[in-house]
Amino acid sequence: MIRSELIQKIADENPHLTQKHVEKIVNTVFDEIIEALAQGNRVELRGFGAFSVKARDARVGRNPRTGEAVQVEDKKVPFFKTGKLLRDRLNGKA
Amino acid sequence: MTEKTLTRMDLAESVFREVGLSRNESASLVESVLQHVSDALAAGETVKISSFGTFSLREKSARVGRNPKTGDEVPISPRRVLTFRPSHLMKDRVSGGTE
Repeated sequence: MIRSELIQKIADENPHLTQKHVEKIVNTVFDEIIEALAQGNRVELRGFGAFSVKARDARVGRNPRTGEAVQVEDKKVPFFKTGKLLRDRLNGKA
Repeated sequence: MTEKTLTRMDLAESVFREVGLSRNESASLVESVLQHVSDALAAGETVKISSFGTFSLREKSARVGRNPKTGDEVPISPRRVLTFRPSHLMKDRVSGGTE
């Protein structure tokens, strides 16, 4: 499923809303999650999962082609942990 | 910077502010978004949200695990796990920050 299919499904279920409105709603949900993470916050959606930010220390990496050592700066990366209910559903348990 | 935790309520509040539906309807639409993503994943589909990220499923085969406390061997049955791969946009926004 891609973004436009998700929008279509929700639009079909909500005939009183315009396509534009549904797009705005779906975009707002995903944009807000990114915005929260960009500010270093967590987003916890019970039953679905939690988005958080993990810190990665600086390290000396290696160019796999040349074998040359390169300094990799410390950085922050987004992380998603699947919620319990969703994990169970994936395995046919809920 | 103190870390905050956002929930469905915060997302619903944003929809309420941005779109101008009632608070109730905003909350149920946020739920609907999560529900459709979950349903697609439960049906074994990959969910690709452009400029957000991709949720994909990986099949893990059965293996023998160990209870770390007692050392007992326990069988771990084959299962499906979900991995999330953030988009470049998300990675850039997160690593750049707005501190």
